Amino acid sequence: MKLLPGGIVKPKTTVANKTGAWRTFIPIYDEDKCKKCGICETFCPEDCISVDENEFRHPDYDFCKGCGICAEECPADAIEMKYEEKE
Amino acid sequence: MSLFAQGHTACGGCGMPIAVKLVLGGSGENSIVVSPTGCLEVTSTRYPQSAWGVPWIHSLFENAAAVASGIETALKVKGKKANVLVIGGDGATVDIGIRALSGMFERGHNVTYVCYDNEAYMNTGVQRSGSTPYGASATTSPAGKLSFGEDKPKKDTPAIAAAHGIPYVATASVGYPKDIVKKVKKAQEIVGPKYIQILAPCPTGWRFDGSKTIKLAKLAVETALFPVYEIENGEITKVKKIKERKPVEEYLKLQGRFKHLFKENKDQIEVIQKMADANAEKFGLDG
Amino acid sequence: MMNEMQILEGSKAVALTVRSCRVDVISAYPITPQTHIVEDLAQMVADGETDAEYIKVESEFSALSALVGASAAGARTYSSTTSQGLALMFEVLFNASGMRLPIVMTTVNRSLSAPLSIWNDQQDSISVRDAGWIQLYAENNQETSDLLPIAYKVAEDKDILLPAMCCMDGFVLTHTFEPVEIPEQSLVDEFLPSYQPKYVLDPKNPLTFGAYADPSIYMEFRYQQHDAMLKAYEKFEEVAKEFEKVFGRKYDLVEEYKIEDAEIVLISMGSIVGTMKDAVDELRKGGEKVGILKIISYRPFPAEKIYEAIKDAKVVVVLEKDVSVGMEGGLLSDIKSFMYNREDRPPIVGFSVGLGGRDVTIGDIKGLVSKVKRAEAEEFEFLNLRREVL
Ligand SMILES: Cc1ncc(C[n+]2csc(CCOP(=O)(O)OP(=O)(O)O)c2C)c(N)n1
Ligand code: SF4
Ligand code: SF4
Ligand code: SF4
Ligand SMILES: [Mg+2]
Repeated sequence: MKLLPGGIVKPKTTVANKTGAWRTFIPIYDEDKCKKCGICETFCPEDCISVDENEFRHPDYDFCKGCGICAEECPADAIEMKYEEKE
Repeated sequence: MSLFAQGHTACGGCGMPIAVKLVLGGSGENSIVVSPTGCLEVTSTRYPQSAWGVPWIHSLFENAAAVASGIETALKVKGKKANVLVIGGDGATVDIGIRALSGMFERGHNVTYVCYDNEAYMNTGVQRSGSTPYGASATTSPAGKLSFGEDKPKKDTPAIAAAHGIPYVATASVGYPKDIVKKVKKAQEIVGPKYIQILAPCPTGWRFDGSKTIKLAKLAVETALFPVYEIENGEITKVKKIKERKPVEEYLKLQGRFKHLFKENKDQIEVIQKMADANAEKFGLDG
Repeated sequence: MMNEMQILEGSKAVALTVRSCRVDVISAYPITPQTHIVEDLAQMVADGETDAEYIKVESEFSALSALVGASAAGARTYSSTTSQGLALMFEVLFNASGMRLPIVMTTVNRSLSAPLSIWNDQQDSISVRDAGWIQLYAENNQETSDLLPIAYKVAEDKDILLPAMCCMDGFVLTHTFEPVEIPEQSLVDEFLPSYQPKYVLDPKNPLTFGAYADPSIYMEFRYQQHDAMLKAYEKFEEVAKEFEKVFGRKYDLVEEYKIEDAEIVLISMGSIVGTMKDAVDELRKGGEKVGILKIISYRPFPAEKIYEAIKDAKVVVVLEKDVSVGMEGGLLSDIKSFMYNREDRPPIVGFSVGLGGRDVTIGDIKGLVSKVKRAEAEEFEFLNLRREVL
């Protein structure tokens, strides 16, 4: 990529940076418990939680750093942080 | 995806990106953001990547308010309209950049200045800032044999901002996301300089587990250590009431930066409690 | 269309020219002897004689910082400062050039404190020669005026994109009334079209300005700046030719004065060259083969032109209003360093002159030349020291 004068950068290009690799614990979402409140989504510092057509939330593991905020704040205890085995 | 993209490199559980996405949520696409040097800048714009979905500029550590003044003026001359914001750290705001900030306020630029307050210079390794609270151990105000950590109270920057006679000053905490969005939206509707200081806990610098960020962001408010309020044209117009105010220990004990207080400096916890009481009194927080 | 010749204070000439360059945003902080420039501009804004906005900043640091923002937002920008103000801008100077923002600033040359002195020398701008700014030096007020549109045109060129400083000696030029031809607005418009940058802060194309660079790329940023400064050399020549076509006045990176057969070549920058010319005229009458090479562009550095002008001289004498303490003058070092690898290089000596506003007379220059001729000059020395107080 050519260096533009002053090093101007295109927007939202950090998405190439898969911060999911930082994770030690992984949030596992339980749809049976989920109340579809969206609190996890609001607080996720990575902004990596999406909503499906049934309003269930899904973290994007490419970016989820495993901070555990979603699990801590979920009012329905629908998220569990599990140690992530990595090969 | 919001206007602040994934793949930024803030530590897991950092309060700052939460504040940023909420602020951008309130200000919308038609925004131009200036950020000074600090964690936000470093974790969002390492060449050749940027997390920003709005036009964004970093110049230096202490000049964001002046850069924003220049952008706002250029837009005016060119007949263009956009929301000009600064999103900067407490060090950049309350310490080294306060001259430029004061100038921006005094000149009346139509800029919303947002300070994400993590209460120290985090990017350079948790040195104290004017915003570091009393009793916190930071790397340049460490607890030690003769020291209980920071021995000066947190600088009252919102009051300094309000003293400039600017139309809108507010505090907020990432524990209350809707409140942030509402305040930013409100600020955008007011012409002139606006100042919003948002408490954004830093797990690395405050030494707590990243999952507790929101909990702490709420506790700071619930103990009255970080009062949440609005000042419009010099008058306090709104405060976030606390139903049952919690003792400051509940907040302090969760953080490594206050750990020493629970050993040799118990008396300082009382001093901090008095500060919280004074805040509650001053802003009428109880109830 | 006629250009009007007026008797103007140097500061006023600058202000009128800034207006004719259709600057969008002015941001400046007052400091002697730059004050008349900013007062004149403020008055023009107050009288509605320009569409520019004037930001009444609280410091020079913010003056230049505001222009970083304004320039990135696509505005043509102007500031002016001197001495302590320039020193306060130091950090922003590097930032503006690194971000490739073509801000133009009049640097009124004044000495630096301590001891406090409001009088002229060129220590301020010479001290920031490495900041990545084009630096042009004016001899008289026609030049202070003319170099401004030239500076904008070079700075804003898409292959250059470097900030530029037009330097003028404090009091000597800022406060002196001289006949100056202020260029007709329509001619300036013809010469200098509006600034149309390719990349600006614009929500429709949300680019990021000022990302940080790790060691894998920082050098390339710096190289690009260096390369742009080298390119500014030819760009200046090109722009000066266009300027001549429109305005009839000729400029180059250097100006030669009675140099063809000169055995002694004096080199300097700024208003002192006027006095030197008078001294050379007198010396020539006495049969001395003395000439002058005036440097207008210190950055880009006109090395080849200097070489051509001095290679056949018997001795070269650099006069400058600055000193790198414990070393020698900055211009002297620059000239000696590139001449070192040339085969035909004359001896070069240097003098620090006129520091802190000390007068430099025709007599001083004649005396200095005779000292050099007698081979009594040091490689570098201070001219006219009051030995009795030392
Ligand atoms: C003039 C100057 N002094 C010091 C620094 C070093 N520095 C960079 S960021 C920083 C601290 C930033 O603190 P803050 O504004 O609170 O932001 P945070 O990193 O905490 O988010 C410091 C001291 C600098 N870049 N420039
Ligand atoms: S663990 Fe943290 S990063 Fe991952 S989805 Fe939950 S809140 Fe987001
Ligand atoms: S916070 Fe819990 S209940 Fe609410 S949407 Fe997320 S997973 Fe479902
Ligand atoms: S050091 Fe603190 S503020 Fe900085 S990125 Fe890490 S958690 Fe966030
Ligand atoms: Mg901070």
